[in-house]
Amino acid sequence: MVDKIVIENLSLQYSDGTESLRGISLNIPEKAVTVLFGPAGGGKSTLLRCLNRLNDLTEVKAASGQILIDGQNILDPNIDVIALRRRIGMVFARPVVLPLSISGNLTYGLELAGEKRRSKLDEAVERSLKLAALWEEVRDRLDDPAIALSGGQQQRLCLARSLALQPEIILLDEPTSGLDPISTGKVEAALQELKKEYTIILVPHSVQQAGRTADYAAFFLQGELVEYGEGKSLFTAPKQKRTEDYITGRFG
Amino acid sequence: MKRALPINRHLAQRTGFTIISLMAFATVVPIIAVVIYILIQGLPAISWEFLTGFPHNGMRAGGILPAIIGTIYLTIGTAIFSVPLGIAAAIYLSEYAADTPLTRTIRIAIINLAGIPSVVYGLFGLGLFVIFLNFGTSILAASLTLSIMTLPVIISTAEESLRSVPQAFRTVSISLGATRWQTIRRIVLKEALPGILTGVILGLERAAGETAPILFTGAAFFLPRLPHSPLDATMALPYHLFVISTQVPEMPIKIQYGTALVLLVFVLSMNLIATVIRSRARARRQW
Repeated sequence: MVDKIVIENLSLQYSDGTESLRGISLNIPEKAVTVLFGPAGGGKSTLLRCLNRLNDLTEVKAASGQILIDGQNILDPNIDVIALRRRIGMVFARPVVLPLSISGNLTYGLELAGEKRRSKLDEAVERSLKLAALWEEVRDRLDDPAIALSGGQQQRLCLARSLALQPEIILLDEPTSGLDPISTGKVEAALQELKKEYTIILVPHSVQQAGRTADYAAFFLQGELVEYGEGKSLFTAPKQKRTEDYITGRFG
Repeated sequence: MKRALPINRHLAQRTGFTIISLMAFATVVPIIAVVIYILIQGLPAISWEFLTGFPHNGMRAGGILPAIIGTIYLTIGTAIFSVPLGIAAAIYLSEYAADTPLTRTIRIAIINLAGIPSVVYGLFGLGLFVIFLNFGTSILAASLTLSIMTLPVIISTAEESLRSVPQAFRTVSISLGATRWQTIRRIVLKEALPGILTGVILGLERAAGETAPILFTGAAFFLPRLPHSPLDATMALPYHLFVISTQVPEMPIKIQYGTALVLLVFVLSMNLIATVIRSRARARRQW
């Protein structure tokens, strides 16, 4: 097992004093699904947004510690954030399709990265749609507006869109929170396929989903990392009382 | 004891509705009345010669071509200065500026700029463009003056339509490796464009119909020929209307209303274009 991401003593506070992280240290292995779970306001999304520096858009009061991806500290202000974000795909809780066609959504990131060859773009569209298990449903209408897709299809399109850039890491922030069980199943199944190639970090929308998908799981509570370990053992035999209480539904 | 029937409340509600719809109707009546009145009075004056000829016989006969052309020049001139500047300012305020005392001051200034009487703009234009910058009484000076007057309208409507583009589009675009500017150019501007265009047209429409700002800066009482360069003065519809209504004795009333009709059609057709753009964009909008 190789650690793709090494988080060392990461602390962060927003200017408005809301959610924050306190001294998080965590090693995330490559080519596996790592689940960050816990009650709302625990810092899961904040941590995700640190990984692709999306927090740069938010006002952060103070941040300390480091995040090493392949040994490189990505919190370094001199790092090329654009290049970083191309290496790290992100899927948000609400499916946000850009006001473009289906294929326009998929090629957006590549075109920004300077890819002009039609063949390469078409290839990326087909490959990413297949990976996200959406190809069969949309192959005949790639030029239709993406908004015409159903909610579940939109979310798989968002997944495909992040895959089109061939990232190394995929961040998913409650990607199935607005989806019906069938669509949720499709997304989860896609993740199980994807983890063969990609490092996946998932904030699930329920403990059940955490249990179903996690190779590794980290339990967050009020900005602290309470417990971290292999999914199987953490969900069946948690070491911490607080983890057990949450998993068994006694709070949260 | 008898209970009061609820019918009274219905009556009150119905009365309220009636009053409100009467008021709504009352606001429309004057607009329609003006248009119909100008149409009836002005239509007899409209002819090919009226639209394409020069005034003669001390403006008591002939056409209003130089005034029509002048107003078109002034509108284009105003657009050249105010549209790029206004949109750039709106992009800065909506997409880049943080909420600081400076940007708050800029916003307050823009709001106040919109409230300044147009004759004050005229006087300012006279001082700055005509005299200090030595542009003379010219299309250039008048266009710049009208631009300053139009800017607040363009900036505030453009900023509003930029802000109405969902924040999530920006976040997603950035997360896909776009820079801020790429996000603005490829997503935000594209979505906000119909709203921006509407604001631009409404602003220019106001400029086209104004008299006071061009009075001292570019409008000519009478010119025997069309302007040749931006440094020439020009006739313009609103000012021409003012002139023939107040400054020329024994003016045939038909020509006054004909001129008013042409100005009205010019401004209303810009309005119509804005409305069409807006409703088309609404129908096509994906959020």
